[in-house]
Amino acid sequence: MSQPSTSPPKFTGPAKWFDDRLGLGTLGKKQLRKVFPDHWSFMLGEIALWSFIVILLSGVFLSFWFKPSMAEVEYMGSYAQLRGMHMSEAYASTLELSFDIRGGLLMRQIHHWSALLFIAAMFAHMMRVLFTGAHRKPREINYIIGALLLVLGILEGFAGYSLPDDLLSGTGLRIAEGLIKSIPVLGTYLSFWVFGGEFPGNDFVSRLYIVHVLLVPGLILALIAAHMLLLVYHKHTQYPGPGRTNQNVVGYPLLPVYMAKAGGFFFIVFGVTALMGAMMQINPVWKYGPYNPAEVTAGSQPDWYMGIAEGALRIMPGWETELFGYTLSWNVLIPGVVLPGVLFGAVIMFPFLENWVTGDKRDHHLLERPRNAPTRTAIIVTLMTIYGLLWIGGGNDIIAEQFSLDLNAITIVLRVLVFVGPVIAFIVTKRICLALQRADREKVLHGRETGVIMRLPDGEYIEKHAPLAQGQMWRLTAHERREVLADPATEDVNGVVNPGTRKQRLRARMSRFWFGDDVPKPTRRELEEAHAHADGHGEHGGHEVEGAHGEEPHELEPRH
Amino acid sequence: MTDKHTDGTGGQVEVAGRDSQVGVASAQADPVPDPGLPPHDPRPTDIDEGLEKRAERQVAGMFGLATLLILLSCVAYLFVDIHGTFLNFNASNFAIGTTLGLGLLLIGMAAVQWAKKLMADHEIIEDRHPVASSPEDTATVLSAVKLGAQESGFGRRKMIRNSLFGALGALGLPAVLFLGDLGPLPGNLPSRTIWRRGMRVVNDVTGEPIRPADMSIGQLVNAEPDVLVENEEFDSPGEHNLEGTALLNAKAKAAVILVRMQPRDITAYPTRTNWGIDGILCYSKICTHVGCPISLWEQTTHHLLCPCHQSTFDLANNGEVVFGPAARSLPQLPLALDAEGFIIAMSDFHEPVGPSFWERGGEEDVSP
Amino acid sequence: MRFLSTRRRHPLAGLVVVLLGLLMAGGLYAVAAPKSPAQADTAQQDLIEEGRQLFLVGCASCHGKNAEGLKTKAGNILGPSLVGVGAAAVDFQVGTGRMPMVQTGAQAPRKDPVYTDAQIEALSAYVAALSPGPAVPSEEDYNAEGIEGEELVRGGELWRTNCTACHNFNASGGALPHGKYAPSLEGVSDKHMYEAMLTGPQAMPVFSDETLSPEDKKQIIAYVDSLHETPDYGGLSLGYLGPVSEGLFVWLVGMGVLVGFAVWIGTSGVRSKK
Repeated sequence: MSQPSTSPPKFTGPAKWFDDRLGLGTLGKKQLRKVFPDHWSFMLGEIALWSFIVILLSGVFLSFWFKPSMAEVEYMGSYAQLRGMHMSEAYASTLELSFDIRGGLLMRQIHHWSALLFIAAMFAHMMRVLFTGAHRKPREINYIIGALLLVLGILEGFAGYSLPDDLLSGTGLRIAEGLIKSIPVLGTYLSFWVFGGEFPGNDFVSRLYIVHVLLVPGLILALIAAHMLLLVYHKHTQYPGPGRTNQNVVGYPLLPVYMAKAGGFFFIVFGVTALMGAMMQINPVWKYGPYNPAEVTAGSQPDWYMGIAEGALRIMPGWETELFGYTLSWNVLIPGVVLPGVLFGAVIMFPFLENWVTGDKRDHHLLERPRNAPTRTAIIVTLMTIYGLLWIGGGNDIIAEQFSLDLNAITIVLRVLVFVGPVIAFIVTKRICLALQRADREKVLHGRETGVIMRLPDGEYIEKHAPLAQGQMWRLTAHERREVLADPATEDVNGVVNPGTRKQRLRARMSRFWFGDDVPKPTRRELEEAHAHADGHGEHGGHEVEGAHGEEPHELEPRH
Repeated sequence: MTDKHTDGTGGQVEVAGRDSQVGVASAQADPVPDPGLPPHDPRPTDIDEGLEKRAERQVAGMFGLATLLILLSCVAYLFVDIHGTFLNFNASNFAIGTTLGLGLLLIGMAAVQWAKKLMADHEIIEDRHPVASSPEDTATVLSAVKLGAQESGFGRRKMIRNSLFGALGALGLPAVLFLGDLGPLPGNLPSRTIWRRGMRVVNDVTGEPIRPADMSIGQLVNAEPDVLVENEEFDSPGEHNLEGTALLNAKAKAAVILVRMQPRDITAYPTRTNWGIDGILCYSKICTHVGCPISLWEQTTHHLLCPCHQSTFDLANNGEVVFGPAARSLPQLPLALDAEGFIIAMSDFHEPVGPSFWERGGEEDVSP
Repeated sequence: MRFLSTRRRHPLAGLVVVLLGLLMAGGLYAVAAPKSPAQADTAQQDLIEEGRQLFLVGCASCHGKNAEGLKTKAGNILGPSLVGVGAAAVDFQVGTGRMPMVQTGAQAPRKDPVYTDAQIEALSAYVAALSPGPAVPSEEDYNAEGIEGEELVRGGELWRTNCTACHNFNASGGALPHGKYAPSLEGVSDKHMYEAMLTGPQAMPVFSDETLSPEDKKQIIAYVDSLHETPDYGGLSLGYLGPVSEGLFVWLVGMGVLVGFAVWIGTSGVRSKK
């Protein structure tokens, strides 16, 4: 639309037609130049978003041929090793997709790879959010939406895993049936409702299909929309740096830079998943055979995101209680139902628990480097450790076989490690964070180590330190250090006993636990003293060396 | 989760606002001031026309190559044999996938390269505004709400309000109840299998009945009740074998394994001394943990391992658990011989097979 | 069982063993003139004697001088008794290199055989002469070539019912308790697969001919062969280990590559100092 620049440009043609009906101009006024800060870690969520789009596209393709029915048919397709076998229509149509529909196998594999990727990216995104404190006010609700998306993604993945009705998916469902049955009082009824009677029954494929293609994807789409709207409303968080404050957001505009970068990233995600689908085989259903409840294969595992429930099931000791003739299977209930609930609950409640301890009511738009919130970082690593150990448990047979280890020994070691490991992880992580804080402090006070060793006239060896550029110094000191809450007074000046003492004392103790060990950042006076001290040494030009003031903006960008 | 009254200083906390410092304090003044956004430095492509042209060619070249590859993927779709192989892969899958994938990847990379090298790269600053609504907006909304409550009498007419709540609450009942026909009630179905007295124990898949002499020491047979497996030779005329869902449902509980050990290695419970035949014992194939079929039998140790969660059962010792998450022994099926010398079941299992459930009851609840 | 075995021990069976052994010897022990049936008995006696000599040198230290089995001082079995295990067991154990064991362990691994085919034949003959047991199967028993169509499909059913629980759906192998494992069947000869089912080596249970007929076994073998001959339709197989390796690769390759791209997108490249 090239127009003479004398009058302000106006909508013409179709743009005007739409604007008259939708008010596009007002809508786009702010959003077209919405600012996106540049950092790779902000793109983890984007991987999830784009892989979800890839899932939708490939899933629509699959749905044209997949028949969600358990009616028994005789397979007459082109895979010789199964020809003539009786199987469900679901499995037969999956074979048809794999062998007789051009592009069918590719779409199946793209669909499965991007599903695994979707959940992996959501996990990574959530870790990034927690490690940098992006879950703090005002973003708690968006954090919860994200956590719900993660759960829905896992549910969606499990439903999809169960649809082909091959030996692996049937085994997975059978385990799910066992989990449902372990629920006290209602378990048997629930299992009969889910499967339309006894396992395997005639219904689960068609039921899971509608859950898989309509119910859960619909919820996911709605929640993604809410997630995005809140993202726009809250605006992006950003890492601290020169000129980046809690009151602004610095970066590149949506139009054109991030339109190209984010849009390009969609094609990159699609391209990578397509290449994976082309070159890496996933879920070769034809080798598993149709589901038969009397068959099983070594290496029966769920997809990776169910790995922790699987691992917990494997390492749990065989506890069961009988109460007045009723059976409570702790060995299934705890790892299969209670543990996932508790872990998820802990993750959802995390922002609120943290907030109660810190008593912080302010808005936070500036991210924290993980080292500057050592206790939080350590707690997340602790949770990750539990997750990782249970994950290993879920693959204990594969690990035993591939690395020639003793299966039973792995299980027993994990039973211990799952309690000891998190404690070690917490302590080690916290210590590492504090050490890094100390290193930052040193760097600010005395400059960075140049690696240049000098010998002084009196024979002493010193390493030359070069001072940091102001921008870098700012980056290392821009975070806040918070003070520990004081113990509450047990009674006020008039001798009236404070009724909330116990709660406040707990909170003070928690606050000490949270902030107590933080290394104070250098004050202005300390900095001046240190520099004066350095100048005393500065016969050889001190820190006036090698153009250290040159900005290298990305050298110190946080990498977590 | 808000905690308005219990902060350490006893002060009242403001609802929002970034200046509320209760319980928190910036302990030290910042040692260095914020130097502000660094000056913008141009990129090589901004100042060197040659580099700019090169970047332009790169981007356009990638888009061009992408077009070519996408067209190639169509060619692959049309002309590569879907049953052919290439590098031991399916040729069609490989050809379509790699061309399409690389094409998509190149579109993405070209767009990113365009943004990085050629689009203006001035960082811009956007100011934030408080997330919470302004006091004026809050006041307007609150008065509107108040007005609404007044005009409807929602707070005043308690009878209407409560009856509305009642009606809406009642809706919850059909929302759950109407799902009732999702499945039948369990009854005692989960406790029983299809096994009955006199039913032959036959080979799975082949349907051959088994004589004790057919089994050597260390033998494992994956077996089923004869009504579940067809065998032309042994099925009596007109015998009705189960099919379809009924077959799968029955199999899911009735699958068994027959094993033979040295009789001297077996320690049977006193009640079970006559359940085997010369060291041949029959156990449920369904794991008591969460129901995987188990048949990883080690003839040397007499242990049976579940491939799903590694519960291990000692078949020489009444199927007791020796390792892993299972809590209960593997149910054992009492055996006998029929007139022709084939192995038959003496009864159904004496307890429910498969994973535990709430109503399963004690060990001996289900009479034979 | 015994009835069948004794029938297999008929003089003619011995001849089959001899002829087979000669065929496989591939010239090492080639004897130019074919032997007449009258000479077979003496030849058999010579073979057994040769096998005994080999046994005394290579096997007796664990299995005992008369293959009666030995125990350690602690009472553990050093080498089990071989009386009655039959020629098939020896042919399998020695032919797949499992015996002689290099060191004691949870399980004897497959390796290159130490003995020549002719020596294995002699050892088998010696052990078989101790007491009847399953004989080395003839080629027509185990040769699965030409099995296709319905029979192949049935082989798959038998395979998934009887074998996948330990050996995995693609015969990639699986773990057993205490460091033991069901080995991968990749590259295992038809004969050895047949013998394994027949004799139940180490922890593996026996699948005797009476319950799993030679025809059934052959179909299973045909299916396993077909598993390894089938192309990896979807691309790199990732070891046919199930979802565990898929999960590993989605993190390493999928997330790895995409995070790499994200780093590229998220960094603003070189700046010019001007």
